[in-house]
Amino acid sequence: MTEPGLYHLLFISGALFFAGIYGFFTRRNLVTMLMSVELILNSVNLNFIAFNKYLWPGKMEGLFFTLFIIAIAAAEAAVAIAIIINVYRTHQSIDVEKAEEMKY
Amino acid sequence: MPNTTFIILILLLPLVSFVLLGLFGRKYIKAGSGIIATILLLATFLVSIYTACHYFFEYGKINGVYEKLVPVKYTWLAFSNGLAIDMGVLLDPISSMMLVVVSLVSLMVHIYSLVYMKGEERFSTYYAFLGLFTFSMLGLVVSVNIFQIYFFWELVGVSSFLLIGYYYDRPSAVAACKKAFIVTRFADAGFLIGILILSYYSGTLDFAALIEKLTAPGSTELGNALSASFLGLSALTWGMLLVFMGAAGKSAMFPLHIWLPDAMEGPTPVSALIHAATMVVAGVFLVARLFPVFALSAPEVLNVVAYIGAFSALFAAIIACAQTDIKRVLAYSTMSQIGYMMFALGVSKYGGEGGLGYTASMFHLFTHAMFKALLFLCAGAIIHFVHSNEMKDMGGLRKFLPVTHFTFLIACLAISGVPFFSGFFSKEEILTAALNHNIAIYWAGLATAGLTSFYMFRLYFNIFWGKEFRQHGETRREGGFAMKAPMILLAIGAALAGYIPFGKFISSDGKALAIPFELKHAIAPVALSFVGALIAAWLYLRQNNKPQKIAASLSALHQSAYRKFYIDEGYLFITQKIIFNIVGKTADWFDKNMVNGLVNLTASSTQAFSFATKKMQSGKVQQYAIYFLGGAILLAVLFVYVWK
Repeated sequence: MTEPGLYHLLFISGALFFAGIYGFFTRRNLVTMLMSVELILNSVNLNFIAFNKYLWPGKMEGLFFTLFIIAIAAAEAAVAIAIIINVYRTHQSIDVEKAEEMKY
Repeated sequence: MPNTTFIILILLLPLVSFVLLGLFGRKYIKAGSGIIATILLLATFLVSIYTACHYFFEYGKINGVYEKLVPVKYTWLAFSNGLAIDMGVLLDPISSMMLVVVSLVSLMVHIYSLVYMKGEERFSTYYAFLGLFTFSMLGLVVSVNIFQIYFFWELVGVSSFLLIGYYYDRPSAVAACKKAFIVTRFADAGFLIGILILSYYSGTLDFAALIEKLTAPGSTELGNALSASFLGLSALTWGMLLVFMGAAGKSAMFPLHIWLPDAMEGPTPVSALIHAATMVVAGVFLVARLFPVFALSAPEVLNVVAYIGAFSALFAAIIACAQTDIKRVLAYSTMSQIGYMMFALGVSKYGGEGGLGYTASMFHLFTHAMFKALLFLCAGAIIHFVHSNEMKDMGGLRKFLPVTHFTFLIACLAISGVPFFSGFFSKEEILTAALNHNIAIYWAGLATAGLTSFYMFRLYFNIFWGKEFRQHGETRREGGFAMKAPMILLAIGAALAGYIPFGKFISSDGKALAIPFELKHAIAPVALSFVGALIAAWLYLRQNNKPQKIAASLSALHQSAYRKFYIDEGYLFITQKIIFNIVGKTADWFDKNMVNGLVNLTASSTQAFSFATKKMQSGKVQQYAIYFLGGAILLAVLFVYVWK
């Protein structure tokens, strides 16, 4: 059995990415949408690691960038959850279809 | 020339008066405003007299010729080399004379108004406006630059507007001040275009340089100005004609005279100052200032000046005979006398014996300022007493107003050209000059002289003789000392100003001019004056019905003269029927349909576009995300496949 190559990893990352996109567009629950966003972010992380390992094996930039993204994703999750709680308080629901007053 | 920077005080003192009273008068100074303004004006007058005396008797004359001196000059706005707007003081015989005339009449009016305007609500505002007017008029006469004169020209226009509209609660005064402003403004548009033409061809705005460049035979500037032509007239002719249009507007020459009679809505001392003695002669002054250019390079325009002046003189004199409002009679008389000055300039030549008309015109300006200011001050005293402008409310006032009666009589004799009074000398010179040049104008002048005497004595007899005056209710008195003193001083001036040897001081080329006095030329006008006065006496000395009979037998002429020959109606017809209907309505249609249509089209298309696109902002977060994704994919495709 051979080692997984770059294309394998890119395939997984692409699959994760489109799963995230799909979830983000189809789910109405804000928490699920947040989880979809995390999927997209992780697919990007995976891309960074893969390219780092296979194209510039002696370097560390890709890894560090991944760490940054994880940290920012954590902060973003905190903000998103705060928004979700507020939406829940005002609408008694976290359905994104219910919160659409801000329109023309 | 000694240090003469102090001359600038002549301009600064009235300006100080204006600023001080304008800012603080109504709140803090109040009744003291009159005294303050009068003291400042007295100082101005003394400096003016001092300056004029020094100019005429000490440093003005260089080798027997009065030179143009510029004691103060400041370049205010420089456009290019030679073309600059300067502010300064130009001393020459006519400006020195005008300094004296303006500051003297203004001082008299200041003193007179202390009583006449007492107790007015806007007393200090009135004095502030007088200060503004005096400042601008003095600035006008000492201008070194044609643009400077234009600035001050507009300033006197504004102060005239403000003072005519002084009683702004009367609709007639408001209409009159608007009319005066619009008519003179219309003429000033011509003046401005004239200035631009002249400065374009001569490349300068400075009076001395302008006159030199446009009169030197063979100079390139003059050649260019003469060879450029438009509608068959040369550029120089156009320029001078347009400058004369400005002068005619300010000096109420036919057909731009319609504002002057209405301007009598202002307080009477203002009429004396602005609409008799000083501002209305600004046009004459302007023609005199540019006289070398008129006489040497544009004699055809000078002919226009002569004919317009002569026609205005006769025309206004005829109207004056039929008017019943005493101030309007005086207004038409002013117009007629200014016509005299204009045609005197028009028939003059430059230099030597032929320049008699120029000297005569300035001489008449000087004497006219005295007696016409006096007539208006007398009219003010009469109106003050009778509380009416109409002749029919007066009569037999000689017992009640002895001082006014006496001074009015002197002014009447002076304006009618009765021998030994000032008007006689100046009118004599004008008629001699006209006789030497153009016989038609001479006859017009002669007829005017007779009519002048008739309408002045008609006024005199109607006011002071005729029917007996009855006092209604409270007994009224003649105005106080402050009203009488200026009248008496001006009466002395009106009687004696004729003995000044004007030819020695003022002539077209600055050299002394010996004025010939020929008895045979004096006979006709004097005889006509006496005839006019006698007819007036026959008709109006005792109350009778002869005037009505004569008016009835000449009813068409009388009626049209009474209605001022329908000039106002003519203007109204042209403006309201023709301009408003044809030009105005077309412009209105164009504005409503074309201009508004274009704007509305823009607005409605913007609206339609925004209605079509606003659905995009649906409030659905996921929809926005799809747009975002679409954009990102589009960019990705572009980056990968198109902008490689």
